[in-house]
Amino acid sequence: MSNTYDVIVIGGGHNGLVAAAYLARAGKKVVVLERRHIVGGAAVTEEIFPGYKFTEFSYVVSLLRPEIIRDLELPKHGLKILPLPSTFTPMDGGSRGDYLAAWDDHDLTRQEIYRHSPKDAEAYDEYARVMARAAKAIKPLINLIPPDPSSLHPRDLFNLLKLGRYAASLSEKELYTIAKLATQSSADLLEEWFETDALKGTKAASGIIGTFLGPRSPGTAYVLLHHYMGEIDGAFRAWGFAKGGSGGVSEAIAEAARSLGVEIRVEASVGQVKVKGGRAAGVVLDNGDELDSRVVLSAADPKRTFLQFVEPKYFPDEFIASIQNFRVRGSSGKVNIALSELPQFTALPDEPAVQRGAVSISPSIDYIERAYDDAKYGQISQRPYIDMIFPSMIDPDMAPPGQHVMSCFVQYAPYDLEGGWNDEKRNELGEAVIATIEQYAPNIRRAIVGMQVITPKDIEAIAGITGGNIFHGELLLHQIFFLRPVPQWADFRTPLKGYYFGASGAHPGGGVMGAAGMLAAKEILKDDRP
Amino acid sequence: MFELKRTPFHERTSKLCLPQNWRRWAGYLVAGSYELTLDREYWAIRNSAALIDVTPLMKYIIKGKDASRLLNRVVTRDMDRLKVGQVYYTGWCDEEGKLIDDGTVARLDETSYRLTSAEPNLRWLAMNAVSLDVEIREVTDSVAALSLQGPNSRAILNRAAAESVDGLKYFRLMQNKLDEIPVTISRTGYTGDLGYEIWMDAEDALRVWDRLMEAGADYGIMPVGILAMDMARVEAGLFMLEVDYTSASQAWIEPQKSSPFELGLDWTVALDKPGYFVGRRALEHEKRAGSAWKLMGLEVEWEGMERLFKEVGLPPQIPGMAVRESLPVLVGDVQVGYVSTSTWSPLLKKYIALAHLQRPYYEAGTNVRMEITVEHHRQHAAAKVVKLPFYEPEWKKK
Ligand SMILES: Cc1cc2nc3c(=O)[nH]c(=O)nc-3n(C[C@H](O)[C@H](O)[C@H](O)COP(=O)(O)OP(=O)(O)OC[C@H]3O[C@@H](n4cnc5c(N)ncnc54)[C@H](O)[C@@H]3O)c2cc1C
Repeated sequence: MSNTYDVIVIGGGHNGLVAAAYLARAGKKVVVLERRHIVGGAAVTEEIFPGYKFTEFSYVVSLLRPEIIRDLELPKHGLKILPLPSTFTPMDGGSRGDYLAAWDDHDLTRQEIYRHSPKDAEAYDEYARVMARAAKAIKPLINLIPPDPSSLHPRDLFNLLKLGRYAASLSEKELYTIAKLATQSSADLLEEWFETDALKGTKAASGIIGTFLGPRSPGTAYVLLHHYMGEIDGAFRAWGFAKGGSGGVSEAIAEAARSLGVEIRVEASVGQVKVKGGRAAGVVLDNGDELDSRVVLSAADPKRTFLQFVEPKYFPDEFIASIQNFRVRGSSGKVNIALSELPQFTALPDEPAVQRGAVSISPSIDYIERAYDDAKYGQISQRPYIDMIFPSMIDPDMAPPGQHVMSCFVQYAPYDLEGGWNDEKRNELGEAVIATIEQYAPNIRRAIVGMQVITPKDIEAIAGITGGNIFHGELLLHQIFFLRPVPQWADFRTPLKGYYFGASGAHPGGGVMGAAGMLAAKEILKDDRP
Repeated sequence: MFELKRTPFHERTSKLCLPQNWRRWAGYLVAGSYELTLDREYWAIRNSAALIDVTPLMKYIIKGKDASRLLNRVVTRDMDRLKVGQVYYTGWCDEEGKLIDDGTVARLDETSYRLTSAEPNLRWLAMNAVSLDVEIREVTDSVAALSLQGPNSRAILNRAAAESVDGLKYFRLMQNKLDEIPVTISRTGYTGDLGYEIWMDAEDALRVWDRLMEAGADYGIMPVGILAMDMARVEAGLFMLEVDYTSASQAWIEPQKSSPFELGLDWTVALDKPGYFVGRRALEHEKRAGSAWKLMGLEVEWEGMERLFKEVGLPPQIPGMAVRESLPVLVGDVQVGYVSTSTWSPLLKKYIALAHLQRPYYEAGTNVRMEITVEHHRQHAAAKVVKLPFYEPEWKKK
């Protein structure tokens, strides 16, 4: 086996795979090196209990770029994104009817909100329009290579010009909304609009996902908008669930990459990037094997990419300092459960529409803020925010016939837990989740066949994400666009020639989106032109 | 009171049809969809299992010593090659080689067949049966039919039926039992996915429906209406009478008619079969001379469509179901054909269409433009001519 390639991609997460596929499509000889025995990174599906498939980390898809789906012909390689039609929020009290739901039909949802507040039912429509407008307004930025406003490089100037012109094309109202969203807390934003606690709580939840912030922290309104992005493509609809779980997405991309000639090596952990004559020249694996290439793309997290794979002497000091300051505090965990029966929510039992969608434990903003208070002081939230889905209700192949699986995203579980994480603490997190769900669905405990509890430390250990942040770095205002991962280096290039960076820690950020990988590949190809 | 016919499944389907969006199909009422949006029904076809009431299909039993002679004379395929237990898809033509209708012919035993069609064909069959020893009986009302489509359809039938369907090959049929109820199961359908059609006595319809729904519960079975099926059949490159072509017996003018070659049915025209069949001479001629038209796929270039909508400040507006509207197709400023059905493909994330194109524009790879309406204005979206089908999963025939 020859060990010389045009491009070596470090990390077989979905971004690394996307990048490799685009590079191979352009005729490059590409290898992907993944330290685990499977590809997918944080988008994997594993059978922890035989027959029950867990979408282990990432669980819903919405941000995956449709052009990637078309360019790489992912449907041909098995990709199917199935509808996740509703969100159900049980409310405290738990008697029949104590819930708020957003169904997949506008009239039904309105009726439902009306039940709680006629005023909110009307505000809901307008809120949706305002958010969709704002999301639409900033969406073109996703595919733009972020310009560095302090640079005089023609490309940056050009992009900045585009950005400027683009901003000029927005109405004053849109600009105002965006400016507000950029600075507000999601609580402030939502309180301007609504009065129903469960509605505000559920909406606020999407503003804290992946951050170490509470709904009352400034900046969370932007995160909320980020999550709206996937909802505005009309035909692409809101959130979906990939056939086979998130691993299904990675598998489809890997298949596409292979069919384009990409070599994928698993259990190939990269130790060092080789540098020759001031540019990247290949990699050395932990097992001592060496591979050569003129271009190395890291699709691992930013800390590994810049602080571990390459000797610091190749980077300017302030660059290293910025990376060291890049915030990657993990704050979320995951509990995956194999079930013998579906949990029945006392607020609406025996209605399968509930378990076909998401169930959100977010009865109010205060509830979530309190969960954050625990975490602020290094504790597991005693009553955490939980976002549940039941993959087997959407894709029956996820569990044996008649059995079920359940995916619970949990926040907050701080990476820097007081006293550190251990088995006991992990059990404590699992118990907090079960005890919380039990308040709304008392049969949950007896339905459990098997349970996997994933702490931020486990995210780091299993998926290989330093700090365990689900997005490789918080989606904070100072960590997005031309500031991601660090100012001046948001165009997928690095201070080391021939070394590129294209994963969730790069622009446009985390989530199973593939954009960072695709854009990085395109930049590599641009530089490749003679 | 006068009313349209109800299928034998109506007692179930009417309770499940949430939007009450009944559609008319050959004189029957059938559910357009069961849910308020089509998403889940569409995905049931593509990812789990869809149960579709297809009773309104016209059904004829053709029986007797000369049954195969009659069929050989009417349809374009070679009936002598159709084995007992096998099903052929075929069209049939008028004397000018223009398509009258299309459907399936199942050989039930040595001398009996079941023909399905979209429109009534009894008169046409009878006219061609003069002096033949054959009996033609229409059984549309007395035979109920369900289509069970999707990757989990096999597992469901294996759970519900007395005998496994594992050995049942693509376009074959078998006699089987569901809860002691005799049924015929054919591995056929109108979705381009793995799927089966189940034929039964109308009296047994409800019991079969219940049995399948029960057996399918763990496999994601869903009742699915004809609107979601309409999206799936476009992906599968399957056309529909009165939507994508006009029957030669209904057309007012020549250009409304289509030959099987023009619709891409070359593979069903058995010019090598012995003897006369209706339309043979015209088809032979067309085969030599080439066809003036051809049915092909169109993939609308998404980025271009997005741009057209962006110009008026909108995200692309996509209809939630297949559009049965004729849309002009252009090269430069010249119209070279038309689209007869178009749909968003949730699976492929593409806007796709069935297009009738004139020679030489029907070659795959040709760049064309399809008319779309953007905010009440006529626009043209760039599109590419592609081969049909748009989607064919490997398990369809396996
Ligand atoms: C618990 C959790 C829930 C989430 N939920 C969602 C969700 O519902 N929806 C959503 O869109 N997003 C979600 N996310 C975020 C999303 O999963 C990630 O942003 C995305 O999967 C990251 O993809 P990536 O390719 O950038 O990086 P990763 O998937 O992290 O891939 C990096 C890869 O690099 C490999 N690697 C690391 N070091 C080395 C080395 N030395 N040598 C070789 N390989 C190495 C790793 O093993 C890994 O495979 C979630 C994340 C987590 C953790």
